[in-house]
Amino acid sequence: MSSEPQFSDQPGGFVGKPLVRVEGREKVTGKAKYAAEFALPGLTYGVLATSPIAKGKIQSIDTTAAAKELGVIAVLTHQNLPKLAKTPDTPEGKKDTNAPMGFMPLTSDEIFYAAQPVALVVADTLEHATHAATLVKVTYAPQKPIADFHDPKAELFDPEKVQDGKQKGHTKRGEPQAAFASSPIQLTATYTHPVYNHNPMEPGSTTAHWEAADRLTVYESTQGVTRTQSTLSAMTGLPREQVRVITKYLGGGFGCKGSTWPHTVLTVQAAKAVGRPVKLMLTRPQMFTSMGHREDQSQVMKLGASADGKITSLIHTKQSTTSPWDNYAEPNSKIVDLLYASPSFESSYELARANVMTSTFMRAPGEAPGSFAIECSMDDLAARLGVDPIEIRLRNYADHDYGTGQQWSSKSLKQCYTRGAELFGWSKRNPKAGATRDGRYFVGMGMASASYPVHNSQGTARARLYADGHAVVQAGATDLGTGTYTVMTQVAADSLGLPIEKVRFELGDTQLPTAPNSGGSVAAGTVSSSIFLACQDVWQKLIKAAVIDKKSPLYRAKPEDVTVEKGRLFLKKDPKKGEAFGELMKRGEITDIEGMAQGKYGSGYEDAAAAKNADPTQKDQAGHHSMHSFGAHFCEVRVDMDLGTIRVSKWVSVIGAGRILNAQTARSQIIGGAIFGIGSALMEETVRDPHYSRYTNADLASYHVPVNADIPNMTVEFVEEHDPYINAMGVKGIGEIAMVGVAAAVANAVYHATGKRLRDLPLTPDKVLMAGLPS
Amino acid sequence: MNNFAYTQAASTKEAATATQSDKHAAFISGGTSLIDLMKSNIEQHSLLVDLNKLSLLGVENSATGLRIGALERMSDVGEHPLVVQNYPVISQSLLASASPQLRNMASMGGNLLQRTRCGYFRDVAFPCNKRVPGSGCPAQDGDNRTLAILGGSTSCIATHASDLCVALVALEAKLTLENAKGATRTVPLADFYKLPGKTPHIENQLQPGELITAITIPAAAHARKSHYLKVRDRASYAYALVSAAVGLDVQGGTIRSARVALGGVGTVPWRVPAVEKALVGKAATEDTFRAAAALAVRDAAPREHNKFKIELAQRTIVRALLEVAA
Repeated sequence: MSSEPQFSDQPGGFVGKPLVRVEGREKVTGKAKYAAEFALPGLTYGVLATSPIAKGKIQSIDTTAAAKELGVIAVLTHQNLPKLAKTPDTPEGKKDTNAPMGFMPLTSDEIFYAAQPVALVVADTLEHATHAATLVKVTYAPQKPIADFHDPKAELFDPEKVQDGKQKGHTKRGEPQAAFASSPIQLTATYTHPVYNHNPMEPGSTTAHWEAADRLTVYESTQGVTRTQSTLSAMTGLPREQVRVITKYLGGGFGCKGSTWPHTVLTVQAAKAVGRPVKLMLTRPQMFTSMGHREDQSQVMKLGASADGKITSLIHTKQSTTSPWDNYAEPNSKIVDLLYASPSFESSYELARANVMTSTFMRAPGEAPGSFAIECSMDDLAARLGVDPIEIRLRNYADHDYGTGQQWSSKSLKQCYTRGAELFGWSKRNPKAGATRDGRYFVGMGMASASYPVHNSQGTARARLYADGHAVVQAGATDLGTGTYTVMTQVAADSLGLPIEKVRFELGDTQLPTAPNSGGSVAAGTVSSSIFLACQDVWQKLIKAAVIDKKSPLYRAKPEDVTVEKGRLFLKKDPKKGEAFGELMKRGEITDIEGMAQGKYGSGYEDAAAAKNADPTQKDQAGHHSMHSFGAHFCEVRVDMDLGTIRVSKWVSVIGAGRILNAQTARSQIIGGAIFGIGSALMEETVRDPHYSRYTNADLASYHVPVNADIPNMTVEFVEEHDPYINAMGVKGIGEIAMVGVAAAVANAVYHATGKRLRDLPLTPDKVLMAGLPS
Repeated sequence: MNNFAYTQAASTKEAATATQSDKHAAFISGGTSLIDLMKSNIEQHSLLVDLNKLSLLGVENSATGLRIGALERMSDVGEHPLVVQNYPVISQSLLASASPQLRNMASMGGNLLQRTRCGYFRDVAFPCNKRVPGSGCPAQDGDNRTLAILGGSTSCIATHASDLCVALVALEAKLTLENAKGATRTVPLADFYKLPGKTPHIENQLQPGELITAITIPAAAHARKSHYLKVRDRASYAYALVSAAVGLDVQGGTIRSARVALGGVGTVPWRVPAVEKALVGKAATEDTFRAAAALAVRDAAPREHNKFKIELAQRTIVRALLEVAA
């Protein structure tokens, strides 16, 4: 456990309560300004013209017609766009710029993927720019593209490291092959899914403003202003402090706004070229080809078990498509290794380069598809043995992390199973698959485990307390729309002993203290911890002021003997001796006092020294404990026995994720994640034409996400869990775990309903029909 | 989207005249489909003639049938008590279309002219014979899961997207068309649409300047006992994978008349007279329905990813017939 102070619940405090969003009014009245809503003087509009072909060379570009159009200010191509100081197309450039893709459009005449930007038109209105972009005449010398890893011309290779070198490609424990070969039960199955796109409500948007030749301000739809600042600083060559990035509100991201993509950089360069602010908002079709995607992939899961259902061996291999430059694959194998007590494990990855842009993290990257494979295989194991799916999981319950050998910092998975089963009515489940019917529907119940790591992270916050009893608290964090504004206000109010309306929390600006990206579920725990500690810093400063103030009842007390509760400083041993902070500050003419602190999250909190020195791929394990949230999802489906349509008719999620900061926003977060997972299980799919390597359904009419009618009333509960090892707030974060295991819970319910095991997502009616339903 | 002129027509004659003289002109009513097509550069129009001032309204039921003005909104017709009661298949097909917001805007006449959702047609970066005659049809060997298994050609297998039209062809609806001279003609909806053949860009019989003014549907016992069943990838706001519009007149357990049409499987709304014929005179049982439904897909020519529609189409017909026979 860290020596840092730990947050504890305040009597009558706000933390944990279902407080409504503090920014809700701003949003529903339209006052909340998103990245494309800053009406700067002289603002111009940028629109991208993109390539119809997926591979080839630009032979010529004729911009005459476009440039002549009314209102057009500039037509920028690779021939005239201002050069960048650094591009990500070399290994060093990629590292220095921290860009997600090792290629920058409009720097050469080569075309590598369909809808790659080839020109950026700047005009006085969006309409003028949009029209002019259609008039840019480009001639191409097309070549035959490779569409994906299934393409006969695609060459599979071993990337050694995946997720851009951040994760190991190979892992091996024990003797998995031998163990599998000698196991009485041997299950081998292939799990596949297509490309998924994030499609947040707010498309990627940038408003770039060069306030001076060496000073840039960018209003950006990003999950992390600091990371955007670092990329733009490296690419423009400006010192970091001369690049300011502002994101006050974000309309979702799901990972696609976790890094800085080419359209942002191109907008910055366009603004430089025209000497006026430029705003660019991607169109919905462009959202499919501008900010990454979850890669199309195939997983082979081999599970060996003893006759009584104890796992002996897990072997996981994955094949997926990557771009011409990068070795990106979601690290699916981590959760396969983690969830159960397997004495042996092995994983490997194979990639193939194709004419696609680089894929990227998408909600629960690795854990979402990985859990689909392992959790369906566990269901197969249960079915093979005629054992209840929860029972098979309990037989293989991991009492510690078998992958690292570490003890868990906390784990409430058994409670999640028990409570989930109770809320769901699991005991009513007929053990036999395909045996429950209601009229012309098969009814099935399925469940799956969920888990997500507490990644190593850190961030800084500032708290300024005023003598009149209000406070401003700041961190350069992002609110994806999930409630960061609200929960941080709650934490600050409790930490300062103030009513909620006396606290204002500010975020989303690189001029504020540095916070991590809102991604990987790290933001809630990291930012809340830094705020709590910054508030402690305020109290320490005030205690120091009190003990040297002759008029204070605490004069000459030792600072360590003084404590604070509800804004009152007093002696621990003699609580009557003390005073309210306001009295102290007014008397001393201290108008305000500022505290600052760095909050650590994950292994770095438990053992800062170890985390500092650790191999970047091992940082999460640098502490003494293995740190994860756990949960269980329960799903009931109704499968139309004639038509093959699947509808989710009941849902329960029970999650153990440490301290829950706000019961309402947390519930919404879990519901949203589960719906995200249901979408991936039943309907989401970006289709790439095999010959053109171009998407055929890049719009929200054809790329289906669930509508209200697809989703039943959902039940969410959190298990009370106190974890002293993970951070000062005991918060694990819930953004990703919400969707881990969801697709498996749905597929397991479909199996239970129909007796047919479907492993190729999404489970659309055609696949259900072709599987052959029992009559 | 290109620049275009806009005018509001005060009479059908004025509207027809305006478009007759400019082959790049188009009528606009709800605009829910047209504006999309223009923004995606799939259609370029020099002039939009707004029809919304015209009085092509009214939902009137008489002993002979139903007459619907072409400018009635989809939502108004779908929820109209006369339609709900006497022509449930029409109401259901309308309410299964698009979303409430779109149905509030979209006109009945416009719906009849909506264009395919084929992904190759909808993206100007792809070749498409329907959009650019002679450019090719990548759908044949590409992403064809949602495309037609009936009525296609080597030039085009784009599915007709409308739900309403499936119900209307089942019930033998007729269109009233008016031209710039004020002359009217009546065309059965089933004859209005053209199979793609080698000219998939020509989708219907409309002559330059001709305007749809009304839809008439004959009254029939099978219309009152009718149903629309739509199978799709999500519960709402999705185009049909397969749909069936059916109507049955059953007397004493025997089918006296039947109407069956399919959506989502044809390049045009696909009525299946062979199925209807096989139903008439038989007992209204699941076995009868199943045997008849098999006739619907005898001529199916599926591609790689839409084979499932052969089975699904039959099952959809059977299920829809069971619904009305119940």
